Amino acid sequence: MSLTLFFFYLFSTILVASAFMVISSRNPVHSVLFLILTFVNAAGLFLLAGAEFLALILILVYVGAVAVLFLFVVMMLDIDFAELKKGILQYMPIGVLIGIVLFLELALVAGTWVVLPEVVAGSAMPIDDTISNTRALGQVLYTRYVYLFQGAAIILLIAMIGAIVLTLHHRKNVKRQDIADQVARDPKTAVEIVKIKSGQGLES
Amino acid sequence: MTPDIAIGHFLTVGAVLFTIGVFGIFLNRKNVIVILMSVELMLLAVNINFVAFSGHLNDLAGQVFALLILTVAAAEAAIGLAIIVIFYRNRGSIAIDDINVMKG
Repeated sequence: MSLTLFFFYLFSTILVASAFMVISSRNPVHSVLFLILTFVNAAGLFLLAGAEFLALILILVYVGAVAVLFLFVVMMLDIDFAELKKGILQYMPIGVLIGIVLFLELALVAGTWVVLPEVVAGSAMPIDDTISNTRALGQVLYTRYVYLFQGAAIILLIAMIGAIVLTLHHRKNVKRQDIADQVARDPKTAVEIVKIKSGQGLES
Repeated sequence: MTPDIAIGHFLTVGAVLFTIGVFGIFLNRKNVIVILMSVELMLLAVNINFVAFSGHLNDLAGQVFALLILTVAAAEAAIGLAIIVIFYRNRGSIAIDDINVMKG
């Protein structure tokens, strides 16, 4: 068994095991941590498949952003997770049934296909082994797929605006600065000049 | 693509991961957060397939597509979690059984 094959089995075993722990662990915080482990091992698989840039992006985006976001939400919301776990076995049989059927279908498809020689010969963008993966991706992403790239950027922008609009809420009874109001103040409304006769003091 | 790993290996891992994702939706039918995590697992399985085929067919298009899927998955997670947060703020719970009133 070669070293790459050994690492493939190592990564995929941990990947499948931790993915199973994601869905079966009782504490959602553990689920998120196992999700991080899953993504790290998937990044290892990407490396073995020759997609170095995607492997590192997977770690950056998923472990660095998405998993932390999940962790943040799980810890921020005060939820009785034991209550949510009740009745979990009720859906177990149909879940197992559908899972088995789905996996059998996928396995049957995976075992029987062939790639036509014309498809391999007519590859849209053959991978150039002389340049690095990151450079090869950049060379097509900013030229041939520039519209898809812009579309992805717009999707991210809309997601950002949407998340902000959804979660932003103005609390009442909180003192805030109102710059326009402050600038618009003038001595007439802000200051009152009172003559005080000596010995009498100020009434009201 | 390292030649000593057949593409069938990658496809099997992808199929197992996708099945785990689907199974997770059934298993945690009440917990929206774990369902979102299951969806992430399924998208990851799809990405593994894309990358494996990209290596197998020696074609870079698969990796570009996987990159776009990654983008959409990140956006989906952000929006989904934002919706969960405002739902919790309104109802004080995230159980799916409580999500039964489609009013603003």
